[in-house]
Amino acid sequence: MSDSLKIKDRDIVVPGETLAVGMGYLPGRGTYRDGDKLLAGMLGMVSVEGKVVKLISLSGKYIPKFNDRVIGTVIDVLMTGWRLDIGSAYSAVLNLKDATSEFIERGSDLTKIFDLGDNLMTQITNVTSQKLVDVTMKGPGLRKLRGGRIIEVNPHKVPRIIGKEGSMVSMIKQATGCNILVGQNGRVWLEGEADKEVIAVNAIRKIEEEAHHAGLTDRMKVYLEKVSGVKIMDKGEQQNGVQ
Amino acid sequence: MAYSKRFDGRDWEETRPIEAKVGVIPRADGSAMFKIGNTVALAAVYGPRDLHPKFLQNPQRGILRCNYNMMPFSGHGERVRPGGSRRSRELSMVIEKSLLPVLDLSEYPNAVVDVFIELPQTDAGTRCAGITAAAMALADAGLIMKDLVSAVAIGKVDDKVLVDLTYDEEAYDGPKADIPVAMTPNSGKITLLQMDGEITKKELKKALEMAKKVCSQIYEIQKKALKEKFKLQ
Repeated sequence: MSDSLKIKDRDIVVPGETLAVGMGYLPGRGTYRDGDKLLAGMLGMVSVEGKVVKLISLSGKYIPKFNDRVIGTVIDVLMTGWRLDIGSAYSAVLNLKDATSEFIERGSDLTKIFDLGDNLMTQITNVTSQKLVDVTMKGPGLRKLRGGRIIEVNPHKVPRIIGKEGSMVSMIKQATGCNILVGQNGRVWLEGEADKEVIAVNAIRKIEEEAHHAGLTDRMKVYLEKVSGVKIMDKGEQQNGVQ
Repeated sequence: MAYSKRFDGRDWEETRPIEAKVGVIPRADGSAMFKIGNTVALAAVYGPRDLHPKFLQNPQRGILRCNYNMMPFSGHGERVRPGGSRRSRELSMVIEKSLLPVLDLSEYPNAVVDVFIELPQTDAGTRCAGITAAAMALADAGLIMKDLVSAVAIGKVDDKVLVDLTYDEEAYDGPKADIPVAMTPNSGKITLLQMDGEITKKELKKALEMAKKVCSQIYEIQKKALKEKFKLQ
């Protein structure tokens, strides 16, 4: 009965702040229990889901996770693969057999396939307890990124840039005609006409800035229509044949 | 002559005016500025990132590395020689140990979190300002922390126990003591306690009580500064 929330949903809390008192609430991600109190274990935004109180982190470096699609840059060529920088504390290894299905002769020059500085869209296949990260390039959409540009955004804002079922990113694609690939590690690859690329970059920066506002999709739609002059259609309208 | 009124006219338990700001260094992973009177501390956090040389790596958890630096033009009169000194080495170590108890770096084996504390302007209380700024910067960097850390120097000048000494008070000609205290404001635990000078047991107890009170005031300022950066417009 004495259980009570000390904060509101979507509040910003700092480490050590009391979130709730009483055993009626359960600690979720980024929170911990001390006696009958529920405290914040990092800086973040509160999300109350029924009895579970969790924190959504707003800042910090990318932590590699299984199955994440990340954009990596080749920083080293190894005996049987490549080492990639994925914008985290740990680098990832792309093994030769996960990179290509072609036959590679023993002792051949691996830089002919991927050279230092190449950017690759990859998927994480394994993360060990010691944070050794393995990635693969076998899968749909996994490839070397040629041309275009890569920008870095806060990795915690990536879900907002992608949007629900990719709604946000497809809106930007529609408005600018750019090809866009978003890596979970906060790297975004864009390719299109130069002036359109700039519009897309500005849009992404705007999403990053306003990531935690409600109704962001609608506002981005208005913004994109204004700056690009393209009428953005919803999924439903597209299917009705208005091309 | 007894010390009956503070040089700058403050109350015995009053700190100098405080300003705090988070996110002052855009290229850092987390950063903060903490200003107390004429003492200004800037803290920048980089990482968790790759740690070299490799023999420093700890496969159980990430390590914390602090670097305290007074800028050449920061002091009172004399130019501070740039680069590390015996004093800055000690303070770097002391600050590191005062921040470590609230951090959980077990998520980042073999990695390092670097904290750089720069002091462009100093008027005593630099280690406390540094710790306070660094705690905000670490929270800004999104690290897993049990609590923040707030710090303040409590001192004794003549027979008076007082809060947040200035350089003039530290240099007072007579009986004096200088006690930097760092605390976790929510759980009330002490993470740093040093002392320079002489003080009685009774006075020390009084000083710690005062430190607790002032630290919770500083905590409110830290909290406000952190929320200011992330609030929804």
